[in-house]
Amino acid sequence: MSKDRILSNIRTNKPGSRPLPDIPDFVYPVPDLHAAFSQLAEANASRCITLTSPDEIKDFMQVQFPEAQQIASTYNGFTGNVDLSKIEDPSELKQVDVAIIPGQIGVAENAAIWVTEEACVHRVLPVITQHLILILSKNQLVGNLHEAYRKVKIDGTGYGVFIAGPSKTADIEQSLVIGAQGARSLTIIFIDPS
Amino acid sequence: MQHANKAAAFIENETKTDWHNTSIWRARQKRDLAAHGIPEWEQLRELASQVKDNVLSHLDKYLLQFEEAATKNGVHVHWAATAEDHNRIVLEILRQNNLSKVVKSKSMLTEECHLNPFLEANGVEVIDTDLGERIIQLRNEPPSHIVAPAIHLKKEEIGELFHEKLGTKKGATDPNYLTEAARQHLRSAFMESHAGLTGVNFAVAETGGVVIVTNEGNSDMGVHLNKVQIHCMGIEKIIPRAQDLGIFVRLLARSAIGQAISIFTSHYHRPKAGGEMHYVIVDNGRSEHLGREDFRNGLKCIRCGACMNTCPVYRRSGGHSYGYTIPGPIGSILTPGRDLKQYSDLPFASTLCGSCSDVCPVKIDIHDQLYKWRQIIAEEGHLNQSKRWSMRIAAKVLSNPKAYRFFGKLARWGLRIMPRAIVYNPWNEWGKEREMPQAPKQSFKDWYQQNHPSS
Repeated sequence: MSKDRILSNIRTNKPGSRPLPDIPDFVYPVPDLHAAFSQLAEANASRCITLTSPDEIKDFMQVQFPEAQQIASTYNGFTGNVDLSKIEDPSELKQVDVAIIPGQIGVAENAAIWVTEEACVHRVLPVITQHLILILSKNQLVGNLHEAYRKVKIDGTGYGVFIAGPSKTADIEQSLVIGAQGARSLTIIFIDPS
Repeated sequence: MQHANKAAAFIENETKTDWHNTSIWRARQKRDLAAHGIPEWEQLRELASQVKDNVLSHLDKYLLQFEEAATKNGVHVHWAATAEDHNRIVLEILRQNNLSKVVKSKSMLTEECHLNPFLEANGVEVIDTDLGERIIQLRNEPPSHIVAPAIHLKKEEIGELFHEKLGTKKGATDPNYLTEAARQHLRSAFMESHAGLTGVNFAVAETGGVVIVTNEGNSDMGVHLNKVQIHCMGIEKIIPRAQDLGIFVRLLARSAIGQAISIFTSHYHRPKAGGEMHYVIVDNGRSEHLGREDFRNGLKCIRCGACMNTCPVYRRSGGHSYGYTIPGPIGSILTPGRDLKQYSDLPFASTLCGSCSDVCPVKIDIHDQLYKWRQIIAEEGHLNQSKRWSMRIAAKVLSNPKAYRFFGKLARWGLRIMPRAIVYNPWNEWGKEREMPQAPKQSFKDWYQQNHPSS
């Protein structure tokens, strides 16, 4: 009922046909995508580091997260100690200290990283974890969001998200606070053999 | 005079008014910095406006395309002609699943439909999970800004509220401490809730998915931790292609708070394993607004709040003075279509400076529409008495050169010789909080004739 009413109202009231514009290839003006990405990431309170091999992640974890009890990794270069396939109720993941997840594409103009459901195993993992690490390689970077949306198939995954930093809020007197409901920190590890 | 009266109450606290003004202006300044960083910014605005033109002219087709794609994705699609339909549908979904506790991320649509009081009256507990929205929910207040719902509150007020409701330390006002307390409180709400409900920023016709942006991650927490997820959207949220997201997502957060992108830009397409996913597509007066040729552009709005941040009247009168869910310039052009009489003062809550139109990311002709609503409100007889009579007299005087010269002379003479008490009488609206201009001895015409006697 509602549907017919809404559609017939729209048909009566809509304006004459207007064309759908083509979207031009906006070219991102900065040639060094990694430098631009890192700068924007810092502005979003993320941290970027570069390692030459996945083997170095272990040392990094020991230095940066020495007290982490539960580490969930979906990145095949690092094994965590949480078996995600055994978790039925995603709220059990609230104990996770650090989650390591591979990103698919990084966007230089805003330091956002495309993460898919398949990479998360549980959709809630990148937000429920206390600290998030996303793995990327320099050759996965694109300039702007238009390029990213050309590469990403948004319905290729049941849930996909651009993550651009740690969870934050400015709802109290516009003071920036990092660590609202989601992860308290975001580290982006570029794995690039030098 | 509702807006004027409420604004008068708001500005009584001068320090707080100044603080409100400058703190919101900061968002406008950040928006400028972000916009100037993008060489193609103006082109993006134009494209966004054109895409929305196309959407409005084919809205029926796109909605059906969206429904078909979503259904294929395993999403249940519901249509609601009115706010009541919307509320009833949401309640039915919850009842069918025996759910009585909902976490909600920011949604102006559900505010518009007054979903929270409806659900609560039907035994459903609703917890708003955006920090700003949770604050105003605990205060039992409507939002005062669409992006920052608690922007009207000082941290001392929030500290006091949290002390009372969440048990934080008495007198604590540190935003870090208060946010941490809210984090713990909301995280347990996410774990205990039964359903996750969200608004929608963009609904993509070609893929049948919805896109929601947050900085806090609360939408994803609520949606992913619950079996049932419900996304409520106005019919105008449709965009045709996934590619169009590039335009709108680039514009949205930059226009809102000068951020390159929101922290989480979530794309929901299919239910999680074992989960259930619903869209409620709401009209509630929008299809009627589509038929108003001069005003339909208002439906292009992507709810960034830039027009509020830039508006000299909004910044100094506060969002609550408008008396509607969407305050500020955009609210003032949407509300008269809902109830011309009730909201007849809102198009006058503007200086017509045009700054709102200049910053609008989808190029809505906001100040032109404010002006056009004024004409309609006058024609339909909804002007208040003082405006009606002053306009009537002004029209007579301004259309008669002799009368214009006579009254000009009278006013100049009167302003010079009359005592303050008479000039600043209670009927002199202009003289409230303002000095009248200094009256020159002669008019420009007199001066010109005196100095150019030959012409």
